[in-house]
Amino acid sequence: MTKIPAVRYLLQAFNLFVFMALIAAFSAGPSVRQLDDGLAVITLAFGHAGQPVRACHVRTPDELAALAPNMRAPMDCPRERSTIKVELEMDGKIILDLTIPPPGAFKDQGVDVYQNVEVPVGRHEFTVRMNDNALVDGYTYTDSYTVDLAPAQLLFIDFNQRIGGFTFN
Amino acid sequence: MKSSANPIKRVYLYLEEWFNLSFGKEWNPLYHLGPLTIFFFWIALISGLYLYIFFNTTVEHAHASLEKIVHGHVLGIGSLMRSLHRYASDAAIVTILLHVFREFSQDRYRGTRWYSWFTGIPTLWMVVLLGITGYWMVWDELALYISMSASHLLDALPVFSDSMARNFLPGNLSDRFSTLLAFLHLLGQPMFLVFMLWFHVKRLTHVEISAPKGLAIGCLIALTALSIYMPALSHAPVNLSKVPTEIHLDWFYLNIFPLLQYWSPGEIWLLVAGVTTFMLFMPWLPKKNEGLPAVVNLEHCNGCGQCVFDCPFDAISLQARTDGAKWKSEVIVHPELCAACGICTGSCPSSTPFRKKKEGGSLKTGIDMPELTLDTFKQQTDEVLGKLTGDNKIVAFGCKHGYDIEAFSAANVGTVHLFCTGMMPASLAEYALKNGADGVVVSGCRSGDCYYRFGNHWMDLRIHGERQPALRPRVDRERIKILGGAEVDGKKLHQQFALFHDSLAQKNTTPSPTTAKEVNHD
Repeated sequence: MTKIPAVRYLLQAFNLFVFMALIAAFSAGPSVRQLDDGLAVITLAFGHAGQPVRACHVRTPDELAALAPNMRAPMDCPRERSTIKVELEMDGKIILDLTIPPPGAFKDQGVDVYQNVEVPVGRHEFTVRMNDNALVDGYTYTDSYTVDLAPAQLLFIDFNQRIGGFTFN
Repeated sequence: MKSSANPIKRVYLYLEEWFNLSFGKEWNPLYHLGPLTIFFFWIALISGLYLYIFFNTTVEHAHASLEKIVHGHVLGIGSLMRSLHRYASDAAIVTILLHVFREFSQDRYRGTRWYSWFTGIPTLWMVVLLGITGYWMVWDELALYISMSASHLLDALPVFSDSMARNFLPGNLSDRFSTLLAFLHLLGQPMFLVFMLWFHVKRLTHVEISAPKGLAIGCLIALTALSIYMPALSHAPVNLSKVPTEIHLDWFYLNIFPLLQYWSPGEIWLLVAGVTTFMLFMPWLPKKNEGLPAVVNLEHCNGCGQCVFDCPFDAISLQARTDGAKWKSEVIVHPELCAACGICTGSCPSSTPFRKKKEGGSLKTGIDMPELTLDTFKQQTDEVLGKLTGDNKIVAFGCKHGYDIEAFSAANVGTVHLFCTGMMPASLAEYALKNGADGVVVSGCRSGDCYYRFGNHWMDLRIHGERQPALRPRVDRERIKILGGAEVDGKKLHQQFALFHDSLAQKNTTPSPTTAKEVNHD
């Protein structure tokens, strides 16, 4: 067996040291700062399908007779859903204003909202409004919440149709 | 004449030279990047199994259970295992990237090698995904950062009907997702990775799986030392009502996520898709013409299978005899796999310049290269031998990927160019010595490395009688010099060449009683 000179062991140790230094340098750093000091985050996130774009229509006997027997549903409802409009206000100033048309080839699907807004920490009043009905002028849902935001705090605003409005977590 | 190495190749060659100096060719990490990566995965696997025994995969208890492993196990074994798991995984990324750099800088990714390159790219992505799910399982602030970043990226794809990001908001997080992650990280992804690795090496023969023991031990000691000096730590446990502000990223695996602060998810997907597509199609940018594949001369092939065994690219196989000859098998070349290296010619026992030609015919062998046949380079050898003048006549055989042997040319030194030194039948050295040469030089790629994987290694073994078809024992090995070097090794090679020349001069003044010149051949 060839005898390995001591200097070669030193070189090997040096190379392995450099290898480990590379791993040490990048396995947990440099760190990434996501949020500056003095800021909190408001997350507005929900899924919701808008109301139909027009009211359902009760078919007349003549209209029903004109249809094939298997198609004679008494109500004629549109597939298309209304565009969702959402507005988030902080201390009377609008910080988020979204208009989201319904997705899908027939515009009949629900929308997904996920928006983050960074805001200064401290006490704030938030008001969130939404219109989900093209037949209604103005807003169909409005909720307000006052909170004292701590640094890096996440305020999650959700919409829950079952309880009839927005929730602030 | 070959052009000098391009700057990228030059960087690689100097790095390789440095590692040869440090580790020697047997342990040079650049020659064992695949096995080293597999070794790091073994460390990750064993340490991962240890962690899994004690780890609770639920969202609620994952972080606490890991903390207990890290801080509660005797002799800090838990911390050591956790750190080894992380650092070995990081080391694997380094060796994979070096592997990519090596194959690219040496132009070993085009032509018939497209397959290994092409299958290697998704394998790399699978490794990265495996790392990401690993960090995700811890459910600390880093995991939350990954959750939010990854879901933003996934939400940008028209795949999921509902927003994935909403799953990681207060009140929405469920253990079903952590169960899915555990399945992916512990079983699904590793198994898929093994399959991908199998595909990756499918067109290669003699695949090295185990790293040299000394190198592996050195790496394990180094990783253990790093684990003790700088134990891997978790971030604070996940708190869904707080945004993680400072994230200590593992840049080997999580480097894509910080881009979300500057680019939209769509732009990042474009970047990923663009880089992946570009890398996948690099072997055709431009396409490499390998040359004409090997052809089999059945009348000179007895189906011994030596070429099948020696072919580095699995381009030759055996099949039942089709010509009615008495032999059981014959070889068949798969042209789409053939790199046209000619190693098969060198490995064929019929490839010997001492064979008698039929009158008016050419020298035949069982398997030959149409663009440089055995007969052609035997004739070239004859021509070179005829032109040599002066003392200490040398015939140098060289390959087209190592140092250009033309630089050795002189009145007493003639050159014969081959595709690969593995193409050279060992008996050609004997033939040159018998027909007027005082010495033979075989100059290929750097020792331990070969453009065609094994050419210089097989040739070296044949010359030393350790591989068939071997050079006959009675040939004076002191008259044969095997050199190995790249474009940047000219100075060193010329020194070795001069020493060989001097040794021949000395030998010629005091001739040995048994030189090849005195050997009679049948």
